[in-house]
Amino acid sequence: MEPIIEFKNFSFKYRAQQEPSLHDINLKIYPGEKILITGPSGCGKSTIAHCINALIPCSFAGDITGSITVDGSTPSKEGVFGMSTRVGTVLQDTDGQFIGLTVAEDLAFALENDAIPHDEMHRRVREVADVVSMKDFMKHAPTELSGGQKQRVSMGGVLVDNVKILLFDEPLANLDPATGKKTIALIDEICKKKDVTAIIIEHRLEDVLYKDVDRIIVVDDGRIIADDNPDSMLCSDVLNKTGVREPLYVTAIKHAGAIIKPEDHPQHIETMNVEPYSAAVRKWFESTVLPTHKNDNPYVLETENLCFAYTEGVPVLSDINFKIRKGEMLSIVGKNGAGKSTLSSLICGFYKPSSGRILLSGSDISPLSIKERGEKIGLVMQSPNQMISKPMIREEVGLGLAVRGVPEDEINKKVDDTLRICGLYPYRNWPVSALSFGQKKRVSIASILVMDPEILILDEPTAGQDYRHYTEIMEFLKKLNKEMGLTILMITHDMHLMLEYTDRAIVLADGHMITDESPANVLTDQEVADKAYLKQTSLYDLAMKCGIDDTSEFVDRFIEFERNAQQGKTTSAGKEPSPAGGVLA
Amino acid sequence: MNKLLSYKEKNTWIHHLSGITKLIFFLLWCITSAMTYDTRVLLIMIAVTLVIFAISKTEWKQISSVFKVVLFFMILNVVAIFILSPYQGCEIYGSRTVLTPLFAGHDLTSEELFYLFNVVIKYFTVTPAIFIFLVTTDPSEFAASMNGVGISYTISYSVAIALRYIPDIQDDFHRIRNAQEARGIEMSSKAKLMERIKRTSSIIFPLLFSTMDRIDVVSNAMELRGFGKKKKRTWYAQKKLRAMDYVVIIFTVVFCTAALVFTYYDGSRFYNPFI
Repeated sequence: MEPIIEFKNFSFKYRAQQEPSLHDINLKIYPGEKILITGPSGCGKSTIAHCINALIPCSFAGDITGSITVDGSTPSKEGVFGMSTRVGTVLQDTDGQFIGLTVAEDLAFALENDAIPHDEMHRRVREVADVVSMKDFMKHAPTELSGGQKQRVSMGGVLVDNVKILLFDEPLANLDPATGKKTIALIDEICKKKDVTAIIIEHRLEDVLYKDVDRIIVVDDGRIIADDNPDSMLCSDVLNKTGVREPLYVTAIKHAGAIIKPEDHPQHIETMNVEPYSAAVRKWFESTVLPTHKNDNPYVLETENLCFAYTEGVPVLSDINFKIRKGEMLSIVGKNGAGKSTLSSLICGFYKPSSGRILLSGSDISPLSIKERGEKIGLVMQSPNQMISKPMIREEVGLGLAVRGVPEDEINKKVDDTLRICGLYPYRNWPVSALSFGQKKRVSIASILVMDPEILILDEPTAGQDYRHYTEIMEFLKKLNKEMGLTILMITHDMHLMLEYTDRAIVLADGHMITDESPANVLTDQEVADKAYLKQTSLYDLAMKCGIDDTSEFVDRFIEFERNAQQGKTTSAGKEPSPAGGVLA
Repeated sequence: MNKLLSYKEKNTWIHHLSGITKLIFFLLWCITSAMTYDTRVLLIMIAVTLVIFAISKTEWKQISSVFKVVLFFMILNVVAIFILSPYQGCEIYGSRTVLTPLFAGHDLTSEELFYLFNVVIKYFTVTPAIFIFLVTTDPSEFAASMNGVGISYTISYSVAIALRYIPDIQDDFHRIRNAQEARGIEMSSKAKLMERIKRTSSIIFPLLFSTMDRIDVVSNAMELRGFGKKKKRTWYAQKKLRAMDYVVIIFTVVFCTAALVFTYYDGSRFYNPFI
């Protein structure tokens, strides 16, 4: 069979860069295949996608050597328009991809551009709406849709062109785990129904592997370092080495000292033959000890019967009660629109509660203004670009103090201290624009820390980051938590984050607090996980299959083991988890 | 804008008309009322728009807030004319009938009053035409209609893009303002005006940067789906022209031509009752 996509000795260098981003790529993809391309951020996996849909070299200029053939033609000659009828690209930002004012118009967008006559266009839009199950939402505006529904529209919008190749650029980045799972199922369904070749670029490996893929291609540093079927790939240590996170059950079996064999089909935990490993896993479970750490600090933040509604009678949050002790690190989880952001807005004072109280160190904070609360409760937004307003790092970090009229030498001293803590001191005189995304994130955290808040609230601190950057940011936050005794609240739908870095999870669903428990308990409880649009962790299945009944305890011990391994790594390297610098750049 | 003048789906023949028809009506109507000062023509036009208003079942609350703004500017305009050129009417109508002397150089004349009356009724012919277009045309159809009357589709589409992304940018704005306020950059009325203006930059820059990010994504997404590929473009939301559309277009053209002929027949665009 002829490959539908073929890279031959292909290299590419962006015009603005010194080094090539892709080196000597040789890759064949055959019609009907479903391929997962993975690797850490900046490894070149998105660059490969851009070469296929001709954004390289048409929108991002650079030098190409070697050849690439897609469906019998060369993308650089066909241009973006020429390729758009063969390759459908689904971007990670579903809001950005949603161009039409309504679902129907967005589905029709490609057809409109092709000047397809009115009646045929309406017929084809109806057909594709059926394929992605959006028929009942044709007149809805994007603001009325959930993330998963927008994702469906994005897919429909490219399927309407009868493309042969579907290219997904990090389709899971903005979705909660349950919606991500549904998306993967939909991709699988479409591949079967429409006879297309699918290429999924994603670093959330375990989530993609929910449905079969034919091959996994691992890219690191601009080179393809592995190209194999999932079963063999999971048995090797390639993924671990490149900083792509393996499925948790695979990691757990490896921790137990067992060597996984491809013939036991580790691709899905549900169908994997666990028999040969269960004894080892049980033994490891029993030998791992769980330290008991208790936090008896006084409460720093409490809510009492907190309720909120934009319009009367339509509550967004009802009856939220929780107490947080000083020095805790906890997560607020739940699906998009469950009320997580509203809760943080109430705490920060952007909205006023309809009823109920919020207490800070025991006293009601309702008389405090937004600014006054900001001195005690720092809010870090998801994207640093939403916060940074000064051209220079020092100015940006010192801004909060400057507007409060703090004398200049005191500002300087505090800014220097904060920059040291955040590992940004070497860059103190740099312009913000010279920093990488991860470094900017640190600047935005530093600009809040400089005010010595008691509580730090972070909105999706790790959204869209790969495992390496994720670990870096989270280890940094952990350090702040431990060394400065800072109380940290994270709004997230990242299950790994809540498991590994938080001791408690407050779970919201449809404006109600459904539980306030240890993350291990939340993620092994099917009912709670379903309600909160989380996913039961695969560790639960592994434990069950190995005959371990206390699944939550199993998860806890796994995490403890991981934490120790993480600490071992950082101490053996002899330094703090690298402050900015190389890895982030 | 969405909140001020909201399109509401209603089952009237005016709603069923194509956006192109309504845009043609709106444009010709405005041109005609801008050119004519003939009181009789203007009064007939007001009568026609009121009838259309009733047929389109437009509710007062759909337009009240914008109407008040227009009213404010109209009064401002009328007062300004009277202060700056109190004898404009006398020049136009060639006579001077003083009703009461107000103060030096500002006698109240019937000619000026009649002229100002004409200015007022011109407002009342144009404003309803805008309202009718906006409240009876699906925003999805705006771009298609503009393209339909000959404006290039890239320019027309920018209207659709603006309607699509303005709410998103508003959201961004609120989020950024809140976060900056928490950092201590007071934007409420507690801060002094100059301070507030200076501090706006702390919202504008992040907003600008996140908007730039968005523009990048959106323009790539549009290109990947073939926007700009062909010279022509079709529109999903466009309504086909039907018999009723042709009737309305022909009526509009005939009416406007007749109105202008009638106005300019005696060589002046003013109707002069003072002869």
